[in-house]
Amino acid sequence: MLDRVGLPSLEGLYSDVPERFIYSKEYDLPEAMTEQQIREHFEELCSRNSKLKIFAGAGAYDHYTPAVVPYLASRSEFSTAYTPYQAEISQGTLRYIFEYQSLICELTGMDISNASMYDGPTAAAEAAMMALSCTKRKSKVLLSETLLPQVREVVRTYAGYHGIEIGMIAQKDGQTSAEALAEALEGGDVAGVILPSINRFGIIEDLSGFADAAHAAGAVAVCYCDPSALAVVRTPGEWGFDIAVGDGQSLGLPLCYGGPSVGFMACRKDYVRKLPGRIVGQSVDAQGKRCFVLTLQAREQHIRREKATSNICSNQSLMALYVTIYLSLMGPAGLRKVNEVSAFKAHSLREKLLETGLFENVFDKPFLKEFVLKPLCDPNKLHKALLDKGFFGALPTEEGYVSFCVTEKRSAGDIDKLIETLKEAQL
Amino acid sequence: MKYYDKLIFELSKEGRCGFSLDGKASEGYLESIIPQALARGSKPRLPEVSEVDVVRHYTNLSQMNFGVDTGFYPLGSCTMKYNPKINEEVASMSGFAALHPLQDEESVQGALEVYWKMEKMLSAITGMSAFTLNPCAGAHGELTGLMIMRRYHLLRGDMKRTKVIVPDSAHGTNPASAAVCGLDVVVVKSKENGLVDVEDLKPLLNDEIAGIMMTNPNTLGLFESEIGEIADLVHACGGLLYYDGANMNPLLGVVRPGDMGFDIMHLNLHKTFSTPHGGGGPGSGPVGVATRLEKCLPGPRVIQAEDGKFHIEHIWEESAGRVSSFMGNFGIILRAYAYILSLGKEHILNAGKFATLSANYIKESLKDCYKLPIERICKHEFVFDGLINDGARPASVAEDGTPVEAVAGATTLDVAKRLLDYGFHAPTIYFPLLFHQTIMIEPTETESKETIDAFIDVMRKIAAEAAENPQLLKGAPHNTPIGRPDETQAARHPILKYWDC
Repeated sequence: MLDRVGLPSLEGLYSDVPERFIYSKEYDLPEAMTEQQIREHFEELCSRNSKLKIFAGAGAYDHYTPAVVPYLASRSEFSTAYTPYQAEISQGTLRYIFEYQSLICELTGMDISNASMYDGPTAAAEAAMMALSCTKRKSKVLLSETLLPQVREVVRTYAGYHGIEIGMIAQKDGQTSAEALAEALEGGDVAGVILPSINRFGIIEDLSGFADAAHAAGAVAVCYCDPSALAVVRTPGEWGFDIAVGDGQSLGLPLCYGGPSVGFMACRKDYVRKLPGRIVGQSVDAQGKRCFVLTLQAREQHIRREKATSNICSNQSLMALYVTIYLSLMGPAGLRKVNEVSAFKAHSLREKLLETGLFENVFDKPFLKEFVLKPLCDPNKLHKALLDKGFFGALPTEEGYVSFCVTEKRSAGDIDKLIETLKEAQL
Repeated sequence: MKYYDKLIFELSKEGRCGFSLDGKASEGYLESIIPQALARGSKPRLPEVSEVDVVRHYTNLSQMNFGVDTGFYPLGSCTMKYNPKINEEVASMSGFAALHPLQDEESVQGALEVYWKMEKMLSAITGMSAFTLNPCAGAHGELTGLMIMRRYHLLRGDMKRTKVIVPDSAHGTNPASAAVCGLDVVVVKSKENGLVDVEDLKPLLNDEIAGIMMTNPNTLGLFESEIGEIADLVHACGGLLYYDGANMNPLLGVVRPGDMGFDIMHLNLHKTFSTPHGGGGPGSGPVGVATRLEKCLPGPRVIQAEDGKFHIEHIWEESAGRVSSFMGNFGIILRAYAYILSLGKEHILNAGKFATLSANYIKESLKDCYKLPIERICKHEFVFDGLINDGARPASVAEDGTPVEAVAGATTLDVAKRLLDYGFHAPTIYFPLLFHQTIMIEPTETESKETIDAFIDVMRKIAAEAAENPQLLKGAPHNTPIGRPDETQAARHPILKYWDC
């Protein structure tokens, strides 16, 4: 090969690199490992992680992943494929993204979904920037205090650099305050408001009138939601919101220490030209066969360059496939059942926790799988007592409450053991 | 590959379900806890299908897909390496997959060690001082890097620096990331030889410049030989150098961006470090910085205490902020970590060199059929500017006096589509924008000489076909599940979900 290139050695390939930039020292890396050594090394690393009984959520939910999901998604025709720019040899990817978009629209009650984003918080940040580009000459975005902390922080980070002013909407009794929202909208400078459907206390928010209030002030209404719960709670579409965002992790994705997850973003059809990210559409090929392609690309960053309002140029395709397969297996009945069983167990845990006399009730609001209580002892000590016995729960919140979450994966026995642990602990 | 024309919704039969869950005790429970006003009004139209329906449907879909495991991708700027299978296996071990992202430090020491060691190894490979692994993709890393750049200037009270210089050959993401980060873009021109024009750069430098974004080697696959001088000039004006790691592969084991004077960089673990592209993601875009910028990294971050235990620092005053839910795409980081361990200090020395050799070999083997606009040693990739003989013929009159219609020549798009017929993925085409018929080829180091020779043979055959009968290429692909899609119709009459049909 070198002969054809006309060089005597591999080093000649770098003759255009100034010599001082050629790294001549030994790389500070371990010696190469064989496959067997790598496996053993990872097993050793795993042994220093504890597998806990997860009784917490806070944006990452331990739902069951049916065997079929990773089995199919790990087919290398899916996993080793590139972005489907060559539609003729990417119909597999394009079709499942089209299905994914359809499913997200159906769950959120929106008209149009993109092909997915990195995660929920970045999708919310993109929604904030989208709100700005949908409303001329406005620079403020309002966030509810009841949004998850990681959502608020990521939106704040993006906003700080993008020239968006952030305003907070206070909560009252565990739910976004309608009065606080009305007051914050008064200035007329608000481009968008971001409110949760189910909030960080696990409460199903009553969003009656919120979208109308935002619209009356000329602002875009964005709803942050748990897509699993959208099978049973009122959808952003039904509430009259313009954009729905959130994290798809609750749809059967393994926790995997927080990633990869998948963000989703859907909107009303009048905002289609402003929606960031990839979109797949249906078309026909030269012979009239139904086919799917990446479409509406004029919106995307690689075309718009410095005029872009988003820089996203990928999606979390394989994780969107996880979501698509999961939802196909579950169907409407299965997804409802997951909510029902989780909620039943969560309510049972809450009742039993209150019976221990170690907690006080905080909010009397409807919830599904996640809730907070006020501990009558040190929240950190409580959390630690559970951890020592292999439970991950009672996550301390900003207000000094502790939050719990129960999914269908936890058994009645797990719940009883958790209660026993608390009773036995010296708190 | 065979055409399969179903959508999952079309397999739906009311009452079917592909999953079972023991839920007798909770039957009807939701009605008792969700007030009517907060309940969903209608049953979601999710598919109602059996498990075997799901398995066959997605297996059939997969068979319309091309992947690295199917064949060779000569895809410029995308570094489509082989994805080792042990990496998949270790990343899905339950000791990692079952970890909740907010678990207490003492319960995730193995995971935190991966972050810590990965950061150290990436620093050793690139010559940077510290890394964040939190960004989820290359573009996300780029945006994070620019946030760090802005944060650094602002912390020093240097409020005027709101412009960033981007070469005209840059990936489209560069200016887009700058715009999202609130920076104005100033374009610096390339010279005839494809490299950044240092004379054009000089007058652009002043106290409003936050920095310059460079891809080195650039998108033409050419090493920016004057990088030392560029670094000195930018630093002298108070700006920072950003390294777009999209083209890091030829430098892997040979040159370190930190040594060239770069202050901030991102890597694409899905390119240089062999994690699968997943049909468009998830990727991972770690960002490395020089020592003086370390305090501006985003949080959370893993640190090691003196006793060897790992801790998480969540946020600190100088930090650029928080850019993702937790700490990035951990599953992808695990795969890349395994890849680096398999390379080790020995094999890393060959990675970039073999990738560069393969690219130069293809370039030299095809330059008599395809126009080579810049005759120079390339790095991991290079560009052609279309066919030398595209088969175009002007209208003429035959000997018997009958008029012969003009024949349009084969374009780069036609060549790309014809490659699909021969079992290869297409190269990157019409990018960079410096030429009209750009074909950008990047082979990577994981392809054998036999595979590369087979690709060269096919490229030569296509060139011969074009000279003979360009119409054959214009109709391509002929052997794929579908022919060329009607993209205009897709955009003009958007059908973006099943119920739009």
